[in-house]
Amino acid sequence: MVGLRSSSSEMDLDRPNIEEYLTTDSIEESPKKLHLRDLLDISPTLTEAAGAIVDDSFTRCFKSNPPEPWNWNVYLFPLWCLGVIIRYGILFPLRVAVLTAGWLVFFAAFIPAHFLLTAHNKWRRKIERKLVEMICSVFVASWTGVVKYHGPRPSMRPQQVFVANHTSMIDFIILEQMTAFAVIMQKHPGWVGFIQKTILEGVGCIWFNRTESKDREVVARKLREHIQGADNNPLLIFPEGTCVNNHYTVMFKKGAFELGCAVCPVAIKYNKIFVDAFWNSKKQSFTMHLFHLMTSWAVVCDVWYLEPQYIRPGETPIEFAERVRDMISVRAGLRKVPWDGYLKYFRPSPKLTERKQQIFAESVLQRLEEK
Amino acid sequence: MGNTSSMLTQYDIEELQEHCNHAFSQQEIVSLYHRFCQLDRNSGGFISADEFLSVPEFAVNPLSQRLLRMLDGLNFKDFVAFLSAFSSRTTLQQKIEFIFRVYDLDGDGKVSFNDILCVMRDLTGPFMSEQQRQKVLNHVLEEAGYTRDSSLVLSDFIKILGDSDLKMEVEVPID
Repeated sequence: MVGLRSSSSEMDLDRPNIEEYLTTDSIEESPKKLHLRDLLDISPTLTEAAGAIVDDSFTRCFKSNPPEPWNWNVYLFPLWCLGVIIRYGILFPLRVAVLTAGWLVFFAAFIPAHFLLTAHNKWRRKIERKLVEMICSVFVASWTGVVKYHGPRPSMRPQQVFVANHTSMIDFIILEQMTAFAVIMQKHPGWVGFIQKTILEGVGCIWFNRTESKDREVVARKLREHIQGADNNPLLIFPEGTCVNNHYTVMFKKGAFELGCAVCPVAIKYNKIFVDAFWNSKKQSFTMHLFHLMTSWAVVCDVWYLEPQYIRPGETPIEFAERVRDMISVRAGLRKVPWDGYLKYFRPSPKLTERKQQIFAESVLQRLEEK
Repeated sequence: MGNTSSMLTQYDIEELQEHCNHAFSQQEIVSLYHRFCQLDRNSGGFISADEFLSVPEFAVNPLSQRLLRMLDGLNFKDFVAFLSAFSSRTTLQQKIEFIFRVYDLDGDGKVSFNDILCVMRDLTGPFMSEQQRQKVLNHVLEEAGYTRDSSLVLSDFIKILGDSDLKMEVEVPID
């Protein structure tokens, strides 16, 4: 490649290089008469469509990554078998025992605190907060979480909101074991929903249903109320709105960025050495996901608390969101894609198609006038 | 364990290569098969229109609805055949044939004024009026020696598009 390029540039040395002065756009837009050939040639649009069928950046965001196959041979096989026996036969039961014990302690303390300390609201909330942090530590221990936290530990104060990239519900558990965050989350069915309703409401979490627009208004109002309170737990939002496989980031929802308060980015990067932490909620229940994690050697991850950001004068919330997404993507080594994560649930808006149509229509009309 | 669904035998692959006139290498066919399985969410052995539309980059394409009429319910063999038009190994003539088929949705071997107008409508949407479209089309048809009533056949398409630098290639990612 290098050789080719240098030789061609040597040839062009004596000629003025017009491409350097004109961008490719302006070359293409040079006046050309419109012929039937140009109108019939729909190959660019077809190529785009076929390209999307063969490979597209959106589907890549939600692709679970199969574990790296290691170099099999006769010596490694007994070792691998031993590993399976240890992971499923010893580690898993031990971890279940730890988790059960954790839950027993948790409920033994939570139920009395919740129902007996109704008069001492401040005390009750403090105890509940500590208990939630405790049970999250138990969860992290149940998959031998090796978590490295970088940067200052978040403290409780009003007028700030934390935003993090989202890979799995365990993001929340990992962040929660350090600081009791109040989180905005999708309502879940089953036992997760039960925990959401009974316990996590105590730390000020807000639930909503993604598909109901009325819920979104309520959430927006609750958000504003929450950040005003001085003794509320810090607020944590996953602005992607859906789990992404920790290689990409999808567009951030702007809600967290129009509150007018400090936005503290949190970048989370999982190491896939033992297990893929991505929760593909369409393929697997959260229970199965946890089982998967609990039968692996360990969950290794890094958490970076980045510097608080403020909206700059003249910056729109969307631009602000993109800037914060940039920071998180760079820190966690993720690639950005220009898609809204909700496209998993909805079809893209016709506006995107219309933009393409507009460009085409304008080029046709412009070239017609050139005649 | 092994991923049994990805096991295409040599026979399968050779048959597929035969079917698409060797537009794809064996590796490319394996890659396409993985992609096919990924798009075929309910593992029915074919990809429905809905499954194609779940790819946003495809759904926003102005021609997606038209292409879906060719794509809906394709099995893997037809899927490969469809995409073979975009291989770098496919001749220009085959590519033009493919474009012709996109215009000629009813498959009668003729492309009328209205057929072209329909494609233009997809491509320009609300940004050109029906009158403008007809005017433009009339103008370029007459300039090329056709009239509003003449219908174009494949050889016309080859004549019109044959000497243009048609670039219609999609690379199949191989991992």
